[in-house]
Amino acid sequence: MYQPQYEAMERADLEALQLERLKATLERVYASVPLYQRMFDDAGIKPSDVRSLADLTRLPFTVKDDLRSAYPYGMFAAPLRDIVRVHASSGTTGQITVVGYTRGDIDRWADLMARTLVCAGATPDDVIQVSYGYGLFTGGLGVHYGSERLGATTIPISGGNTKRQVQVLKDFGVTGLGATPSYALLIGETALEMGIDPKTLPLRFGVFGAEPWSENMRRQIEETLGIVAIDIYGLSEVLGPGVASECVHKCGLHVNEDHFIVEIIDPHTLEPVPDGEQGEVVFTTLTKEGIPVVRYRTRDISRIVPGRCACGRTFRRLERISGRTDDMLIIRGVNVFPSQIEQVLTGIPGVAPHYQVVLTKRGVMDHVEVHVEVAPEIAFDEVKALEALRRTVAQEITSALAISIDVKLVEPKSIQRSEGKAKRVLDLRNEGGTA
Amino acid sequence: MVEQVSVFLENTTGRLAELTRVLGDAGINMRALMVADTSEFGVVRIICDTPRRAVQLLDDAGFGASLTEVLAVEVPDRPGGLADVLEALQADGINVEYAYCFVEPTGSAAVDILRVDEPERARQALARARIALADRARLYVAD
Repeated sequence: MYQPQYEAMERADLEALQLERLKATLERVYASVPLYQRMFDDAGIKPSDVRSLADLTRLPFTVKDDLRSAYPYGMFAAPLRDIVRVHASSGTTGQITVVGYTRGDIDRWADLMARTLVCAGATPDDVIQVSYGYGLFTGGLGVHYGSERLGATTIPISGGNTKRQVQVLKDFGVTGLGATPSYALLIGETALEMGIDPKTLPLRFGVFGAEPWSENMRRQIEETLGIVAIDIYGLSEVLGPGVASECVHKCGLHVNEDHFIVEIIDPHTLEPVPDGEQGEVVFTTLTKEGIPVVRYRTRDISRIVPGRCACGRTFRRLERISGRTDDMLIIRGVNVFPSQIEQVLTGIPGVAPHYQVVLTKRGVMDHVEVHVEVAPEIAFDEVKALEALRRTVAQEITSALAISIDVKLVEPKSIQRSEGKAKRVLDLRNEGGTA
Repeated sequence: MVEQVSVFLENTTGRLAELTRVLGDAGINMRALMVADTSEFGVVRIICDTPRRAVQLLDDAGFGASLTEVLAVEVPDRPGGLADVLEALQADGINVEYAYCFVEPTGSAAVDILRVDEPERARQALARARIALADRARLYVAD
């Protein structure tokens, strides 16, 4: 453990710490974020009314739209002078959401990521290759700061140029890897193509997150790379990576409960469900200064794993995220809403706004094919014009979603119409579907 | 100008057979059929006796069908017949998007179907070269 004084706290002490920090957070947001002041006033509750952790359920929820409409700085609880870093989410549904970190936030984030790496078995003697993207995305710099905080040797290679990734992995004696799970697998397979068996390298462990992955995928990564593969969790609205992490026992992700209160709610009634039951994950930050959030609805579906973990950490564990309560897709680490595709299509003459997204695996990477209907009123009889239309649609969707996709033109009215919610997405990624 | 039936088809097994069956069952007779295809889709072009009825029937049967105006040129059925036509168009800088030909069942003439970027100028160029447009009434019923 990196900070056993916290990670193995007795429950009663932890809850006392949580309550103290919760009160401070509520005072802070009420005083400095107009949105929270309004929300609390509307709910008829003042920060001083919160006297126990149970009172948390009387507080209103924060949703992604709140952050979006506060663009860029409306949710900041600290003056910009105190903000030393901003990150942002991809903004795939329109407005990007900006999050800000104070020096103290960055400092705590580094500690939490150091915990995460130690969870995977890292020590200061390790050489850690950070193959998450650097930039506004929180993955790269999050792991980077954690690795430096731990005192490991950090290689900030970022994503891309996979052959070079393999060369560095081999030549620099890398022992730990941080990447999205699909990219880790691609690195492994590229190594094999280059005639390098990753199992013969000193690589021991990896911390993988930012996209959903299965046990099957874990086995594949572990076998290909010859490592222990650990699932890590986070989201920029709450912190970034470092919110929760598996330990080497791989039986759920320990939530860093001294910094975040986790709740599981029924997404329909919005009432909390007991430990062990599935629902939507909700976080309240306890130490964030830049952007604290109160009862932030992640839309991720999980449950609390009952019981204690053999590792000695007392923090409760989240089961691997099993889905979403909205229709958001995570494709190659990027958040995508199918409605964005519809929005693009309505702006292109010659196609109908009917579409189907077919997700498969091409090799180890997600592959997206969007089926688009040719509009019946358009009298296309030239292959050249149809090919040009297909290219236009592909370019526009690619630029709107920030991920590359393929487009297949299909016959008018051939995509199934539905009375209720249209089946817009065919996700074959976990069924061995290949393109 | 004559009316051609154009159909967008996905490249799936049996789809072309279904299309021709729809027309056949309705007693529609085709004079020419041409398929332009890519690996993913094809465009079927048809000259038939009742083009508007054909489009309606195909549409009802779930096909994406439409009418396209194309040039039909009658040329003597002899070597070099099409070359004369294309040279006449090329001389005026008219671009041919696609072309296909069929032979009149009655005898000595061939019909060249041409899709050009500037139909009016093409017609003038052909007239200057003394190349006759096909008699529409002999190709189909204007329904």
